[in-house]
Amino acid sequence: MQWRDEGVIIGVKRHGETSVIVELMTRDHGRHLGLVRGGRSRRLQGVLQPANNVEATWRARLDEHLGTYTVEGTVLRAAEVMTSACALGGINLIAALLRLLPERDPHTALYEALTVIVEQLTDVGVAPALMVRFELGILGELGFGLDLTRCAATGSSADLVFVSPKSGRAVSRAAGGPYRERLLALPPFLGNGSERNPSATDIVAGFALTSHFLLRDVFEPRGLAMPSVRAAYIERMIKTASA
Amino acid sequence: MSSDLGMAERVAGPEIERLIQLLARLPGLGPRSARRAALHLIRRREELFEPLADAMQAARERVVVCGTCGNIDTVNPCTICRDERRDGSLLTVVETVADLWALERAAAMRGRYHVLGGTLSPLDGIGPKDLNLASLVGRVVAGGVKEVILAVNATVDGQTTAHYITDLLAHTGVRLTRLAHGVPVGGELDYLDEGTLAAAIRQRTAF
Repeated sequence: MQWRDEGVIIGVKRHGETSVIVELMTRDHGRHLGLVRGGRSRRLQGVLQPANNVEATWRARLDEHLGTYTVEGTVLRAAEVMTSACALGGINLIAALLRLLPERDPHTALYEALTVIVEQLTDVGVAPALMVRFELGILGELGFGLDLTRCAATGSSADLVFVSPKSGRAVSRAAGGPYRERLLALPPFLGNGSERNPSATDIVAGFALTSHFLLRDVFEPRGLAMPSVRAAYIERMIKTASA
Repeated sequence: MSSDLGMAERVAGPEIERLIQLLARLPGLGPRSARRAALHLIRRREELFEPLADAMQAARERVVVCGTCGNIDTVNPCTICRDERRDGSLLTVVETVADLWALERAAAMRGRYHVLGGTLSPLDGIGPKDLNLASLVGRVVAGGVKEVILAVNATVDGQTTAHYITDLLAHTGVRLTRLAHGVPVGGELDYLDEGTLAAAIRQRTAF
């Protein structure tokens, strides 16, 4: 068995004295692990860091084997990521979210979103909004996508400011007004307005929205708690925004 | 017919086989090199085997973890914490005892250390409570420390830990520094990743 694909490194684990097991999010082969022999060498240590893009060749005798990777770095941004606490929190959160996906299951749209977000990790003005969208993307890929394009009650696509916590569909201000206490807020940057520079308050509302559905549909059914890196990222993002 | 047909035959008694098995568990040694090491020890019984056995026995009985810094030594507090010639205002935070030993080999820092015992690692489920962080804060808050050097690895986990410690110690007012990132000795620019090169340029020094 052999294939070649591009991917973003999301995790690295030591294996023995000289090798590492690398966790890649690849374009066509999904989240895929493999052994890199000599991965702890000086030559490869800098390449095999989370947030770096690589070209990887995977080989194994049988498809179900762990297999070995040979990798070549294409975009090496880990050193830049390490300079920013927000970016580090971001890559940790991305890795935690991607681990919700089954291994070796291709999610091309999510991979495309990943390539955009890792490029913007150090930009604290852009990355948090992308992260909220990435979480929506994860929900969608897992089969729990939200419909934020039109009102669940009226079908209108104007003035969408709420989300039904039950159906995950947007609700307009007029239709949702009487039930506002029971509805989740839909920040403007996720609605049809697509606000370019959302405020920290909007970002927090976005994370609250995804948090509800991630917990209800993904984490709790699997008996998992929300990863601590998520709260740490949001806290860091708020701190940076208010600084 | 023998039940262990097909398995490698034993060439030595159970004590020697046991020795080989245990040596093979050491880092860098496999079954073949463990066999060579065992043979070497047996051949040099008086000059190596017996002193080694004695040294291992003594170390096993006396090794303790320093209650102050997390270093390992045969005395508590450790030799470094007891050394009054060291600068108590300079505290270097390292991930493991191996890192402490590496810095001591470099002899570039005459302060004291604090061994975390690892790094924050969401992948491995290692959180702040699993690290030697409470005692670090305690040492800094107790006073006398003016600068904390974060000498953690230049990995995502290492730097995540460094940022966490920075937040943890922010209220104490001590100076927080970290090791420079840049071109290693013997490194060729052509082979360095873009991030390291950018960091090296940013942290350039007067020549």
